[in-house]
Amino acid sequence: MSQPKTLFEKIWDDHVVVHQADSPAVLYIDLHLVHEVTSPQAFEGLRERGIKVRRPDHTIATMDHSIPTRDDRLQVIADPIARKQVEQLRINCKEFGVPLADMGSEDQGIVHVIGPELGVTQPGFTVVCGDSHTATHGAFGALAFGIGTTEVEHVLATQTLLQNKPKSCQVRFEGAAPAGVTAKDLILALIAQIGVGGGTGYVLEYTGEAIRALTMEGRMTLCNMSIEGGARAGMVAPDDKTFEFLRGRPKAPHGADWDKALARWRALPSDEGATYDKTITVDATSLEPMITYGTNPGQGVRVTQAVPDPAALNDANQSAALRKALDYMQLEPNKPLLGHPVDVVFIGSCTNSRISDLRQAADVLKGRKVNPKVRTMVVPGSEKIRKQAEAEGLHEIFRAAGAEWRQAGCSMCIAMNGDQLSPGQYSVSTSNRNFEGRQGKGGRTFLASPLTAAASAVEGVVADARRYLS
Amino acid sequence: MEPLKKFSGRVVPLPVRDIDTDQIIPARFLKTIDKDGLGKSLFCDWRYNEDGSPKPDFVINTPRAEGAAILLAGDNFGCGSSREHAPWALMGFGFRAVISTSFADIFCGNCLKNGLLPIAVDDAVSKKLFELADADESIELTIDLEIQTLTLPDGSSVEFPIDAFSKKCLLAGIDQLGYLQQQQEAVLAYEQKRGDLVNTM
Repeated sequence: MSQPKTLFEKIWDDHVVVHQADSPAVLYIDLHLVHEVTSPQAFEGLRERGIKVRRPDHTIATMDHSIPTRDDRLQVIADPIARKQVEQLRINCKEFGVPLADMGSEDQGIVHVIGPELGVTQPGFTVVCGDSHTATHGAFGALAFGIGTTEVEHVLATQTLLQNKPKSCQVRFEGAAPAGVTAKDLILALIAQIGVGGGTGYVLEYTGEAIRALTMEGRMTLCNMSIEGGARAGMVAPDDKTFEFLRGRPKAPHGADWDKALARWRALPSDEGATYDKTITVDATSLEPMITYGTNPGQGVRVTQAVPDPAALNDANQSAALRKALDYMQLEPNKPLLGHPVDVVFIGSCTNSRISDLRQAADVLKGRKVNPKVRTMVVPGSEKIRKQAEAEGLHEIFRAAGAEWRQAGCSMCIAMNGDQLSPGQYSVSTSNRNFEGRQGKGGRTFLASPLTAAASAVEGVVADARRYLS
Repeated sequence: MEPLKKFSGRVVPLPVRDIDTDQIIPARFLKTIDKDGLGKSLFCDWRYNEDGSPKPDFVINTPRAEGAAILLAGDNFGCGSSREHAPWALMGFGFRAVISTSFADIFCGNCLKNGLLPIAVDDAVSKKLFELADADESIELTIDLEIQTLTLPDGSSVEFPIDAFSKKCLLAGIDQLGYLQQQQEAVLAYEQKRGDLVNTM
């Protein structure tokens, strides 16, 4: 019997092509996702060196970050710099033979939404993208991580990357999460516990009853924000839910290949007795909906709690950091977050723009109106999700409530496509980052789940969604 | 890439922890398709007023930052987005090294591929460096990659870690793609054994 291995170790070992002494491992990449923002300089590098894309059939591009989410976007992209970037991606994909899910195509969407949707994200794969939220794909039991543009060029050119092996950390959510506590709340609670640098150097494997109970979409939300705890990647062992999600997807294996794939996938979960470099446990039974108050995703509390007080912290550095965050957020220590006025509610992003997220928001908004002072934007993660939501009539619920129903893209998560906060505005956002200016210069972000976001839209203030649960 | 061996430079202290790459270079500057010209937007939202005028009290706008080569920052520098525009902006401004007590993984990798040295020191050294930088604006540090040391004005020095492969590449001024290209025979053999498990076309 060989040494018991973790899910991560199995995938790592399976992808090491060469490992020479004094050098990092050469790791094979099964799937490379490309978008318009972090790829132009990589394609230019290939051009300068006269190199082709080695495996265009293991590569797929889309546009999501800098594109508008307005209905007229196929006719006009008002920002000339963004327009040029989008056009450059088209030129690059054509020249190098990379498949592109362009705007207007039925496959377009946020890069981390379309991978699973198409079935190109599969258990046991290595998945990379020039985007830190690539960890999303770890929900399928893949080793998925964000890379920089130089590495994008490396993968385009060689289908490999030089990597030092990260350490492994088990994050065990014990017990079942109470009603109203979503995947978003689990991950915000974890990051509040370990801090934004707590996972640095590690690949996280999420285990435990609360994780098994999550849908695939919930697992994607969870893994998506692994980077916000500093972790290189996050992953969940594949199970029947994973396989059912993938069955019949356009690029998933079919026929005899499906049976072979299933056999491989069933062998992936961590072996009995496998050890991790570190284990963190979280008591899921005692969790409540979470919300951030500060300027990094680790500055989060239960929605029922008050804003922390810098004076109560012993560490001078941490106290200064909290003071700086509260100064930016213009929040007073010890005051409750519930009831704090909100200007904008954003439901979308690679964290929470999937059909189940939209259904949850619609459940709250159905038959209700959003507060007239709140601009509420609902932005589906992909064209397919947009169509599905429309087939279910969700868009009519959103519009009847007074919310905007928009085209698929990153939208207000990143404020580089026309969707952004004005200085001083407060948002409740289902996205992943509350950094200063992330949603627009001077904008202030409260990160929360789609349930909390929708309830806050209705009340016009930060709200506890649990009273809306049916 | 220019070989990186030994250099001395003045220090810009920025005693803030968890500085994310959105602060280093906000997303609205990521619409560029080049690497050049990002230095002027480094720390843009901390650095400029609404009307575009520089904020005089922000350290990057003070005389000490002119020609400085080393940024001294708080813990967990470079967290958040994977944007390589962050090291491009830091280098565009003129920085050749960043000193912190820790760096985010992706940022650290991006730095090493561009010849920007991420120098991790312990809490005590960090504290001492901030004190020295506060006391004397013209303080110069010397960084010697070959022997992995950071030398203070008093002649004392501390070692810093760097992985052997990155060090070799930086000292020789070669990029890592060449190494990967040399492995292509092994990659081909790997692919033949593995088979095609996905086809995006």
